[in-house]
Amino acid sequence: MKKIIKIIILFIFLFVIGVFYISLTRDTNYNTSSLINKEVPEFKIISFDNLNFYTRDDIKKNNYTLINFWASWCAPCKIEHPLLMRLSQSKNLFIIGINFKDKTIQAETFLNELGNPYNVLAKDVNGKQSVRFGVFGIPESILINNDLMIIKKFVGPLSNEDYNTIINIIK
Amino acid sequence: MLSNLGNILLFLNVILSLSIIYSANKNLKISGEVDKNIFQLSLIQSTSIIICFFVLIAAFIISDFSLITVYQNSHSLKPLFYKIAGTWGNHEGSLLLWAIILSIFSFLFLVYNKNHPKKFRLLTLIIQNILILGFLFFILFNSNPFSKISPIPSEGLGLNPILQDPALAIHPPLLYVGFVGASIYFSAAIASLITNYSEKSFSLSIKNWVLISWCFQTLGILVGSIWAYYELGWGGFWFWDPVENASLLPWFAMTALFHSLIVFEKRNLFYFWVIILCLITFTLSVTGTFLVRSGILNSVHTFASDPTRGIYILIFLSLMIFGSIFLLFQKYKKGNYDLNRNSKETFILVNNWFMMFYLITVLLGTIYPIFTDALTDNKISVGPPFYNAIIFPVVVVFLLFMALGPKAKWIKNKFENIRIYFLILTGAIGFNLAIIFFFKSYSLLSNFIIISALFLIISSLMDIAKALKKNKLDFARIISHTSFGFLVLFIGLNDIFSLEKDYNIKLGETKKFENYSIQLQNLDLKNYKNYQAVIGKLEIKNINSNQTNILNPEIRIYDKPKTLTYEAAIKSSLIKDYYLTMSNIDRSDYYNIKFQKKPLMAWIWISVIMIVVGGSIRLFSNEKNN
Repeated sequence: MKKIIKIIILFIFLFVIGVFYISLTRDTNYNTSSLINKEVPEFKIISFDNLNFYTRDDIKKNNYTLINFWASWCAPCKIEHPLLMRLSQSKNLFIIGINFKDKTIQAETFLNELGNPYNVLAKDVNGKQSVRFGVFGIPESILINNDLMIIKKFVGPLSNEDYNTIINIIK
Repeated sequence: MLSNLGNILLFLNVILSLSIIYSANKNLKISGEVDKNIFQLSLIQSTSIIICFFVLIAAFIISDFSLITVYQNSHSLKPLFYKIAGTWGNHEGSLLLWAIILSIFSFLFLVYNKNHPKKFRLLTLIIQNILILGFLFFILFNSNPFSKISPIPSEGLGLNPILQDPALAIHPPLLYVGFVGASIYFSAAIASLITNYSEKSFSLSIKNWVLISWCFQTLGILVGSIWAYYELGWGGFWFWDPVENASLLPWFAMTALFHSLIVFEKRNLFYFWVIILCLITFTLSVTGTFLVRSGILNSVHTFASDPTRGIYILIFLSLMIFGSIFLLFQKYKKGNYDLNRNSKETFILVNNWFMMFYLITVLLGTIYPIFTDALTDNKISVGPPFYNAIIFPVVVVFLLFMALGPKAKWIKNKFENIRIYFLILTGAIGFNLAIIFFFKSYSLLSNFIIISALFLIISSLMDIAKALKKNKLDFARIISHTSFGFLVLFIGLNDIFSLEKDYNIKLGETKKFENYSIQLQNLDLKNYKNYQAVIGKLEIKNINSNQTNILNPEIRIYDKPKTLTYEAAIKSSLIKDYYLTMSNIDRSDYYNIKFQKKPLMAWIWISVIMIVVGGSIRLFSNEKNN
C-alpha cells in the first residue's frame, strides 16, 4: 500500500513536470495558418437583433462568405471599414459581421455613421463563439467557400492588398 | 567597465558559495563550534552580492546602454526614481535580487540560530548555498544582467509606462522577500530531515523566518492589488490573473505552516506535515517563477520570454521536487495523529485543511489551462467565476472555524457557554439585518458571508475582554483574526454597494443618474517630461447633499515606448472612493467615461495592513521571549 502511494505521488509530479516541459517546447506564438484549407467548425451564433441563429448551413448557400469580426471600440476596425463597404458591392461575396464583445447601442451608432457592409449581422457578446474560429484579436476576417473550406484568414485590419486578393479569388 | 565589474563580482560569488559549501562540509566532521571562517565567508558573500546589485543600479542611473538589460529597460529621459526601480523591474535584475535575498537570509539564519545543533545549521547553510549556486549559474549563463551589446546604442528602449509607478517600484522587492525568504526554511527542512533533528526546538529555528516571509508576502500582494486598482483602470483590485495566483499559492502554504508550527512547538505533533509545508512553500515559489518567466502563461505580467530560461528553471524545479520527495520517502515515519476531535490541535489542523483546499483550487485553476492546451490543443481560460464560485461559499465555514478555534483548549476542549456563541450569532444576524433594512438587500451567499465575517469579528473582540481579565492577551492573533474578518466584511460590502455607470459625454455636457450628476467641465493638454496628457476636469455632484468633487482622469501618450494609457482619477475617502476613467472615441468629440462609486475601499487596504501588523507583533514578541 505504502509503495503504491509513493508511486502515485511520484507519478503525479512527473506528469506535471512533463506537461510543463511539453508546453515549453510548443510554439507559443499563436499560429492560425493551420486553419487554412480546413473545414469551418460547427457553430451556432445569435443574430444581432436576437431573433435568429446562424449556423454553417447559412454559409453553404453562398459562393463565397467572408466572416468579419469587429467591434465599435476597435480602432483598426474603422480603418478597414471602407474596404468592407467596397467588398459589400460584389455580388459573389456574402459578408457576415460578428460583433465582438460590444455594446448594442455603440455598435448600432458605428454602423449608422459608417455604413453597414454586412449581409448578415450576428454578435458574440462574451467572445466565446469567436474562439472556435481561432480569433484572438479583432479585427479578423475569414474567407470561406461553399464547400465550407477556409480559404484565407486575415489577422488585423484588411489592407488594400487583402482587398485585391479577395476580389481575385471571388471573381 | 561596469559590465566587467559586475561579471567579476558574480564570479566571485560562485567561488564564495563553493568555498562555503566546502568549509561547512569539512567543519561537519569536526566537533566544537561552527568555524569562524564560515561566518566571515558568508558575510563577504552577502556583501559582495549587494555590491554587485549596486553596480547594476549604477549602470541604470548613468544610463550605460552598453548593457543589454539597461538598453532594454531604461531610457536617459526617465526620472531618476524609475531608473533605479527599473533595476529590478526586469527579468535579469530581479534574479539578482533573488540571489541577494538568498545570500542575506543564509547569513542571518546562521547568525541567529546559535542554540541549534551545529550539524543542522551547517547543513542548512550547505543546502542554501546549493540553491544560491543554482541561481548564480542561471544568472551567469542564461540571464546575465551584465551582458554587453555592441555597437552601443545611443538611447534605451524605455520601461513600460504602466510599470512606472511608485507602488510597482516596491512591489517586487516585497514579494521577493516573501518568495525567496521561503528558501531558508526549505533548506532548514531538508537539513532537519537529514540530521533527524525533529525535536520541538526545530520549530524555534524557523518560525520567525516563516513570519518574516509571510509578512512581506502579504504586503507585496497588497501593494500589487493597490497598483492594479488605480492603474489598470477598471476599478477591481483582484483579477485571478495567473501571476497573481502564483503569489497567492505560497501565501496559503505559509499561512498553513505557521499555524501548524504552533502545534508542533506546543505538542510536538505534525513534524512531517510541517516539513512538507516548508518544502511545498518554496517549491510553489519556484513554480510561480517558472510559470511567469517561461512565458507559458499569458497575463498582464509579461516578461519577455525565452524557452531556454523555462528549461533551466524547470530542471532546477525538478531537482528540488524529486530531491525532496526521495528524502521524505526515506525518512518518513507515521506520526501520531491521535487527536481529540475537540481540541485546539484539531482546530489548527482544520485551518490547514482549508488552506490546502484554497491552495489546490487556485493551483488547479492556474495550471489547468496549460494542461488542456498542452494535452488537447484546447485553449480555455479559467476566470473569476470559477474562483468566486468555489472559494466564497467555503469562506463562510472557514470564518466560523476561525472564530471558534482560538478559544479551544489544548489536548481536550470543552465548549463552555454555548449560549455565548448563540448570542454572538444573533448579534451578527442582527447587524446584517440592519444593513439590509437601512440600505439594500443582497444575495443569500452575501448574507452568509457578511454574517460569518461579523461572527468572527465580534467573537475575536470579545476575546479581548476575556483576556484582559486573565491578563493573558494574545494581541497578535486577535488583531490578525479580527482584521481578516473585517477584510472579508469590507470586500463583501464593497461588492454589494458598488455603483458603476458608463457614458459618452461631450465637453460641457451633464449626465444624471440616481442622486448624482456628472459634468465634463474642461479638457486640458499638458506636456510632461516623458509623456503628454489630456486631462479632463469632471465634476461629480451628490444632489442630495449638494457635495461636489472634482476629478481629473488623464489620457497619457508616452514617448518611449510609444504607448497610450488611461489614468484613473480616484477620490478616496474613508467611506467611499469615486473612481473615474476617461477614454477618447476616435473621430468624435465625445469621451467615454466610466464612473464607479466604491464604498470602503480604504478599509480593505487597512484591514490587510492590520493583518500584517498582527504578524509583526507575533514576530517581535517571539524575539522578546527568546
